[in-house]
Formats: sequence, C-alpha cells, structure tokens
Amino acid sequence: MSGFTGFALRRTVSAVLTLLALSVIIYVVFYATPGNVAQITCGPRCSPEQVHQVAQQLRLDDPLYLRYWHFLQGIVAGHDYSTGTSVEHCPAPCLGLSYQSDQQVTQIILNKLPVSLSLVLGGMVLWLLLGVGTGVLSAWRRGRFTERALTGLTLAGIATPAFVIGLVLMIVVCGQLEILPFPEYVAFSDDPEQWMWGLLLPWVTLALAEAAYFARLTRASMLETLAEDHIRTFRAYGVGERSIVGRHALRGALAPIIALNANDFGSAVGGAVLVESLFGLPGIGQELVHAVTVVDLPVVVGMVLVIGFFVVLANAVADVLYAVADRRVVLA
Amino acid sequence: MSEALVATEVPEASVSGTSGARQFWRRLRAQRAAMVAAFVVALLVLVALAAPLLTALEGQDPTSYHPSLVDSARGGVPIGSFGGISADHWLGVEPQTGRDLFARLLYGARVSLGVALTATAVQVLLGVVVGVAAALGNRWVDQLLSRITDIIVAMPLMIMALALLAIVPSSFSRPVLVALIIGFVAWGTIGKIARAQTLTLKELDYVAAARLSGWGTLRIARRELLPGLAAPVITYAALMVPANISIEASLSFLGVGVKPPTPSWGQMLSSADVWYQAAPQYLLLPAAALFLTVLALTVLGDGVRTALDPRAASRLRIGTGRRQESKAGKEGSA
Amino acid sequence: MSLVHVTDLTVEFGDLRAVDGLSVRLEQGAALALVGESGSGKSTVASALLGLHRGTGARVGGSVEVAGVDVQRAPDDDLRRLRGGKAAMVFQDPLSSLDPYYAIGDQIAEVYRVHTRVSRRAARARAVEVLDRVGIPDAVRRSRARPHEFSGGMRQRALIAMALACEPDLLIADEPTTALDVTVQAQILDLLHTLRQETGMGLLLVTHDVGVAAESVDDVLVMRHGRAVEQGPVGAVLGAPAEAYTRELLAAVPRVDAPRTPSRASGEVVLEAKSLRREFGRGKKAFAAVDDVSLTVHRGETLGVVGESGSGKTTLGRMLVGLLEPTAGEVRHDGHARVGVNPAVQMVFQDPVSSLNPRRSVGESIADPLRARGERDEKRIRGRVTELLERVGLEGAHYDRYPHEFSGGQRQRVGIARALAADPRVIVCDEPVSALDVTTQAQVVALLGELQRELGLALVFVAHDLAVVRQVSDRVAVMRRGRIVETGPADEVYDNPRDPYTKQLLAAVPALDPRIAARRRAERREVAVT
Repeated sequence: MSGFTGFALRRTVSAVLTLLALSVIIYVVFYATPGNVAQITCGPRCSPEQVHQVAQQLRLDDPLYLRYWHFLQGIVAGHDYSTGTSVEHCPAPCLGLSYQSDQQVTQIILNKLPVSLSLVLGGMVLWLLLGVGTGVLSAWRRGRFTERALTGLTLAGIATPAFVIGLVLMIVVCGQLEILPFPEYVAFSDDPEQWMWGLLLPWVTLALAEAAYFARLTRASMLETLAEDHIRTFRAYGVGERSIVGRHALRGALAPIIALNANDFGSAVGGAVLVESLFGLPGIGQELVHAVTVVDLPVVVGMVLVIGFFVVLANAVADVLYAVADRRVVLA
Repeated sequence: MSEALVATEVPEASVSGTSGARQFWRRLRAQRAAMVAAFVVALLVLVALAAPLLTALEGQDPTSYHPSLVDSARGGVPIGSFGGISADHWLGVEPQTGRDLFARLLYGARVSLGVALTATAVQVLLGVVVGVAAALGNRWVDQLLSRITDIIVAMPLMIMALALLAIVPSSFSRPVLVALIIGFVAWGTIGKIARAQTLTLKELDYVAAARLSGWGTLRIARRELLPGLAAPVITYAALMVPANISIEASLSFLGVGVKPPTPSWGQMLSSADVWYQAAPQYLLLPAAALFLTVLALTVLGDGVRTALDPRAASRLRIGTGRRQESKAGKEGSA
Repeated sequence: MSLVHVTDLTVEFGDLRAVDGLSVRLEQGAALALVGESGSGKSTVASALLGLHRGTGARVGGSVEVAGVDVQRAPDDDLRRLRGGKAAMVFQDPLSSLDPYYAIGDQIAEVYRVHTRVSRRAARARAVEVLDRVGIPDAVRRSRARPHEFSGGMRQRALIAMALACEPDLLIADEPTTALDVTVQAQILDLLHTLRQETGMGLLLVTHDVGVAAESVDDVLVMRHGRAVEQGPVGAVLGAPAEAYTRELLAAVPRVDAPRTPSRASGEVVLEAKSLRREFGRGKKAFAAVDDVSLTVHRGETLGVVGESGSGKTTLGRMLVGLLEPTAGEVRHDGHARVGVNPAVQMVFQDPVSSLNPRRSVGESIADPLRARGERDEKRIRGRVTELLERVGLEGAHYDRYPHEFSGGQRQRVGIARALAADPRVIVCDEPVSALDVTTQAQVVALLGELQRELGLALVFVAHDLAVVRQVSDRVAVMRRGRIVETGPADEVYDNPRDPYTKQLLAAVPALDPRIAARRRAERREVAVT
C-alpha cells in the first residue's frame, strides 16, 4: 500500500523535526535562564575562578545559537575536550561532559540505560496484559459483581501514585512477609534468573500504576463499541456474546489502546523514575534525580533529550501501528 | 445495544424549560458515588482552608521542632506509644524533628489542593487559548500551533519537571513553581481537545447562521463556540486535578518538589519507609490522605463527565443505565 | 401456519408506550409493509419480531410467533437460531451496520458459521456466492474489502447478502433505502423484488415512505402512535383509504406528477451566479464540487435545485449565500458582484438539531440579525421577534424557550423566523424538509409558499427529493457531479425531460400506485444508464 509507506515516511520526518524542536526548547530553557548559568552549573560553593572556568567551558561568551550549534555538532560528529593537560575525545553522539565526574554524558546514559529499559519494557508487557485483561473482563461481565469489583479496584489503582504502591509492596512483601528479597538489579547477561527476580517487584509496581488507566480505557472503548450499530447487526444474526465481545468489541478498542500506550509512555517513564528511586535501581531515573539535586546541567539536558527521544520514538511507532489498526486513518 | 435501535422512535424530549446548568446539577445529584465524592472533596477543601484554625485548636503549628519528643539515641523515633500520640499532639509527631503530624497533614492538604488547582487552571487557560486559536486561525497558524502542541505532548512531564526544578533558584516559592511547571508542560492534551472540539463546532449550522446574521469572528467565538467548549474542557479538567495531585506528591517524594519546612504529603512519605515500624501513622496518614483525595476527585470527575455527557454515561453505565445493561449482560452470556 | 403471527403486542420503554396492542399476521412468502411517521412504533415492532428487546429494559407484552418460534418465551439458544437463520434483518444505515474493521466476506462468513456447522473455507465460499447473488461485481475480490471501501448502495447489497446467507424464510427490512439516493433506492427495491420472486421468502418492510411500500409489497399496515390505523392490500389502502389519518398522510405526500400553480414571479433578477466553480483539497486530491454553474433567481419565484448526494448542490447553496467563497466565477446580487455574507440573502438549514445553538433561547437566536444590524432597543427587538414567531406559526411566548423543547418541525419554523429577521430578498433553503415527517414537511412547505407570496421573496430550494422540488418550484435545475445537466420551467423538465440523467432520476421515483410501480420497474430496466 503506497499510501501507507508515504504515511510512515511522513511520520518519521515529523518525528525527527519534533525531536529537533524539542532539543532547541530544552537547550534554550536550560542554558538561557536568567541568572548566572555558570554559577548555577558550578554550584553555590564554587569560587569565582571556578565559575570563570565553567563559563569558558560552556562558551558563555558565544551567542546562544552558536552554542546550540556546537551542541548539535557534538551529537552528530563528536567533540574533543581539553581537560587542561590532555585532550579527551568524546565520540558522536556526544552530549557533553558531566561537571561532577567529568565523565562523558553519553557513557553515563549508556551505562544506565539497560536498567531503565528492562524496567519499562518488562513493566509494559505486564501492564498491557493486566490492564487490557481487566478491561475486557469488565466489559464481558458488565453489570455483574465481577465488573463492579474490577471497577473499584481500577479506581483504587488510579488513586494510588506509583510510589505509594511501591512503598506498600516493599514493606509488605519484602519487609513483613519476606517472600521476596529487596529488589536489586542484576544484569541480564550476568544471571537472567536473578535479573527477573530482582525486577519483579519494580515491574509489578509500575504495572499496577499504569494498568488502571488501560483497564478504564479498554472497558470504556469496548462499551462504546458495544453500543454501536454494527454490534446490533451481529446480535440480530444470532452471533454469541463471546464473539461479540471478544472479536468485535475488542477490535474496536484496539486503536485507542495503542494511542493511550503511546501517550502514556511519557508518564510511564516518569513512573519508572519513581520506581527506580524507591527501589534503588541504578537506572537513568535515579541518575537524573541525582543530577538534578547536584545541578549537573549537561547530564540533565542529555538525559532529558534521550528520554524525549524515546517518547517521540514511541509516539511515532504507535502512530504507525494505529494506522495499521485503523486503516481509515490513512485513507482519510 | 438494542436501546440504540429503539431510540430513534422515542419522541423528542418534551422537558419543560431547564437550562444547561440546572440539568447538569440534576444529573450530578442522581449519582450517589459522585455525591459522596463531592462531599469528601468539599470537606477536604474546607479542612485545607481552615487549617490554621484547626491547628490553633490543637495548639500546634506545622513547623516548630520538638526535639524533646523524639528519642535521639534511637535515631529520632518519637517517644511514647503509637508514634507519640498525646493530648498535645493528636496524631503524634514526625520522627527526628518532632514536628506535629496533625498540623503537617492539614497544611499538606493546602499544598496538595492549591498546587493541583493552580496547575489545572494554567493548563486549561493555555490549552484553550492555543487550541481555539489553532482551530480558528488560517492554515499556517494552525500548523504552527499544532506542531507546538505536539512537542508539548511529547515532553514527559515528570522528567521535565524534575529537570526544571533543578535550575530555578531555591528562593522561588516551591509550591508556586511546581504548579507553574505542571501547568506549562502538561497543557498539550487539553489543547488538542479544545482544537478538535472547536473544529467540530465551527462546522455546525448554527455557527453558519450566526455568520449570516452579520456577526464578526470574535463575537461568534464568544457566543457560539466557547460555551460549546465548556463541557469537554470541564470534563477533562475535572480528571486533571487528581492527576496533578499525584504529580506534586511524586515530585515531593523524590525530594525536588515542595521542600521542608513547607509540608507536603509526598515529602512526608519519602522517609516514611524507614519509620513504618516505630511510627506507622507517619506512613499511613499521608498515604491515606493522598489516596482519599485522589479517589474522591477522580470519582467526582467521572460524575461530572456523566452529568455533562449523558450519552457517554449510558454507554459507560455510571449511574442510571445500570439496570438496563445488567439485563443485557445476562441475556448475552446465557 | 403463518410465518409471522403477532397478537396484541405492546412494548413500553419506561413511561412511554411505543407499541400499543398491535396484531399482525404474515403468511409464508407474502410481503407486508409497516408504514408510519417517526414515533409510530414501526421499527419497535420489527425489533420485537427477533426478540431484540430482550434484556434492554423494555417491557414487551402480547405474543410474537415467527417461523414457529415463540419469541417471547423461547430460550436464548432457540432465539439465536431464529435470528439470522429463519428470519434475517436488514438495517437502515448500511455503513454503521457493518463492522468497520473486518472484510465484508468475513463478516458474512461469521454469521453463516453461527447457523451452520461448516468449515471456515466453506463459509467464505458461501459469502462470495451470496455477494455475487446480490449483484456485487467481482465478488471474490470485493469480499476482501472493508465496508468503507464500498459505496452506499453496494453496502446495502452486502447487508442483503448477509441476510440471504442462511436462506431465511423471512426478511425484515427496516428502512432499507432511507439512507440511499433515489436511483440506488430503485435498484435495491428491484433487487428485493427479484430475490423474493426467486427464493419465495416473506418480506416485512418497515418504511416511512408510502411510495417505497407501494413499490415493494402486497399488503400494507399504517401505524400511528403504536396502533394499527388501517390494514389491507396495498392498492386498496393507498387507492381508497378508509381512515382519516391515512387520507391525511397520503394528501401530505408530495407527488412527482402533480403540476404546481406558478408564483407571481417578476422579471427582476435578484440573485445571479456566473460560472461558479468551487474546488476542495489541494494538489492531487483536489476536485471540483461545483463546476461552471450559472443561474439566475427572479424576485418572487422559486428555483428548485435537485440532485443526488455528491452532486454539489449544498456547496452551490453555500456559495450563493456567501458562506463559501467560489474558487472561480462570481455571485451577483442586485446587479453587483458580492463577496462574503449579506443580510439580504439568508439560509434555512437542513438539520433542525444543529442549526440552533442549544445553549441559547430561540428568541435570542432569532434576534441575532437585528442586534447585528445595530438595533439596541430591547423592547423593539422583543416585539419584532414575537411578531416573527407568530408569523411562522409559533407563539410569542416561546421567546425564552430552548431548542430542545421544540419538535423538528417547530425548530425548522424557528430557523425560518431567524432568516426572516434579516429582511432578506432571497432565502436559500438547503434540504429544509428532508429531516421531517411528511405531514410536517407539507406544513413547512406551505409556510414557505405563504411567506413567499406575502413578502415577494425569492426562494432557492435545494433538495434531493424530486417530488418536493416539483411541488414548490417554478423553475428547476438538475445537478449532477457539480454541473447543471438540465434547467427549465418545472413542468417542462418533469413532464418532458431531455437529459438522460433526468429521465433516469424520474424513473426511479417510487410511484404511489402499485400498478404504475410495476410498469416503472420494467421501464427502469430499459433506461438503465450509467
């Protein structure tokens, strides 16, 4: 379908443009704030010399667009940083150097990324299963006790922030019942089984927090589809409830679920930050919170950009999937 | 449903003169859960407003340290049973500092509700202005504003908030800052809703009729479009308030949101896991307050949606349609 | 044993009694039409035949027996076997009646497999077979298409194919052609006729259109307020109605073959369109909805613009009043070229629901043109609006009421009052009566005629219904694909059409006399043009 390829292509271009715009906004917001950027970057305890040094390293004398251009160049082509005595090469994509550790930001992110990806992707599988499953069950058992109980549980899920769920789970499961050890990250390549056990509780926490939204949406869209005319047709032709709910109503709910999963990805990443902090998982979120507390701007900007990249990517993928799920979008 | 089948034949409602607002209240009152939730929300708002009065009644304030009430030898565990509950401190004291828990909980409600409502107001204002402008503007204006909205939607709120909170000097009032950040980073969805709804309304014949009457764009936007925008915007805003409460609590939990000495529920919870055995109420009270507030606001938000869009309500079966659908369910699965 | 045997059926929704003690009998292979206006309960009866009210909260009383199944008491499994197996239903809107996400062939196969234990493959083959049967060309390939890839007529054929799949004894068709253009309607009615002859199945047709009933059935039952008014052979009931309501209904039906007394038109041209063209979309997707249309409207006359959906008639109407700017050409008004809206040219809209702001009182809506003109004196505004309300047959006290308190016909009257408030010289009516019942339709048409005579108004009457257009128009323009194919005095165009498309349109209009209908059916086979 050539219309479809065209659509996917347009979507990719627009994703790249969005990302560029996002990088401009983020760069401007963080490096053009009123006040002495060098002072903020360096921290309150810096001496005037140190502040001056930072200002030079940040090229604060250059106009903003030049500095941004420089930043972009680093991402595309890499950079060489002189650290006084030696020259350090920072290969593309170079996001700069941390002010705290002088480490390359790209390297920091690459070190932390597996933890966060494990957490979010594993959690996503779980919350889709849990959320969509609950929604389907509610729509199928509508008007009965099962549905009312599930609706209550879903509301409770929405009313409890991720960190409260995690806190309670940790205290009950690990502290009181001692069913699971306190979560600890073990790399998948080291020991897949430990990797799974260590992430189980974080996954469940993240999934419980997100699943509630999916359960609500799935139930609502399925009920909406069930009220449509074509469902009436299949009823009038003696098609059974199982097929009506499982085949026709669920199919109608598919596109909105995909859309929500994309929209929700950003908030799920936020949830992941909380979960990492709570369980002490050494992921991007925990590093970001750390960088924010010590005001390590290059790390903050780099991480926000990388996370933004994933969110934009997720949105683009979801849009293409959405178009597949709802072909009328492309044709319209 | 076969209800839809027969709906076309039912003659049009011959209800006597009820305006939109009155109908809304009637439909809202018909929902028991929403009314209970509204009551809880009203109570919370009242408590938040009366926090100084209530704490004065107890004779405490949220910021005074009471080192004598905590056992510094044991790391700051409150002295006395149940986390230091006494006639002076109705809900006990905070571990380590000895600050009064009742007062901090009450003042926490002020912060929670205040931040969430301010943030929602900013979101609604920005979203509606940008959305309506995009829908009414020419192709280029629409393209520009829609792209901006897309970018805003792509920004992960928690991450942006975390990052932004890092660079603003700490002299800036934290609760206000948190509210503004949420408001400025998370208006994208409401902007999209406002644009889509305005585009729909714009095509309605009564807007064309207003144009034929000779009115200009501004007057038409004010008289014909904005009132039609109210329902979807209020519906969405009602569900954003609890979400914003969660965000504020999360940020404060991470230690970057509302900072001491200003009390916040999320911030109280950030160190609660260490103390849950010695002072369980230090964990349970803010968690319960948070849960109850978000729950009540969400249920109320659902109720508002049902009252504003009864058709969606009958689909979602919140309220009156329940009986009918339950029968349909039985038939289907028999 | 009768195919359908309904005795003393009542259906209640809450306080509303939609069907009130109705008894119907339909023999094997016979055809019966339930005819009535909206709210008469006719569709409710159709649903009751398949037990579709079960579980909806509606209270159903009396007895319903269809193909030997006691619908009221049968267990759910028996009822499901009846639905689609022995009695199949065809619905009004073919687009929304099919699942948008699955191929049409798969949907038919699914239904077929519910009733027969056959393989997926055999069911699919059966689907192709019935699609071919209802005249869908290249059925193997088309069976893989989804509903939105079909045209309206093709979709209705597909729904009929679904109904045929299990070879039912009874076909229930609920307004099967209401959403279709008149030429497509004729094709579908012809198809139903042929299928009935070939399969010998019974037909229960629900329709608001007396003409459609006359074309398709042997017996007719006229319904009103949930009760049977009159019942009998279609020729007898329509030819010599015994009941007052039936007579009233028939009198209100506009006739395509009745000439009209011309209005007192003068030679003065008030509105003129010169080579109007309007394009939508850009680049490759651009198409012209209206292409090189010129027309003139004289003071005091009615110009009818008739065409099927997609003919560009609504676009033309919107350009005439200035709501849309033409891509090329110009609209002249009193001899001057004009851009944008002008109070002297007003419009009455099709949809009585969306044409009034639900949040403003009708008085305020009518007062809009007065206020926009700069009138500030509240007393004078109120006085004028009251006068207008009374003029269109409403009460002055309705000023403060809201649109939802009015019926469709009343709302259309409010719309007319609003147009009059601007003191127009021309009113463009865009399908002003197509959303109304025939009796209401006749009243609104009569009102427009009165106002025209009284105020010397020029009317442009845009509609798809050929009979209504003939009833009101002095001159007629027939539109097709954005162009005017034929124009002239109404009687001339209707009685001696020159363009083949006009001929085809006229041949497709259902006749009220079954004998004429049969003759027309034969004629249609001859004039079939693309």
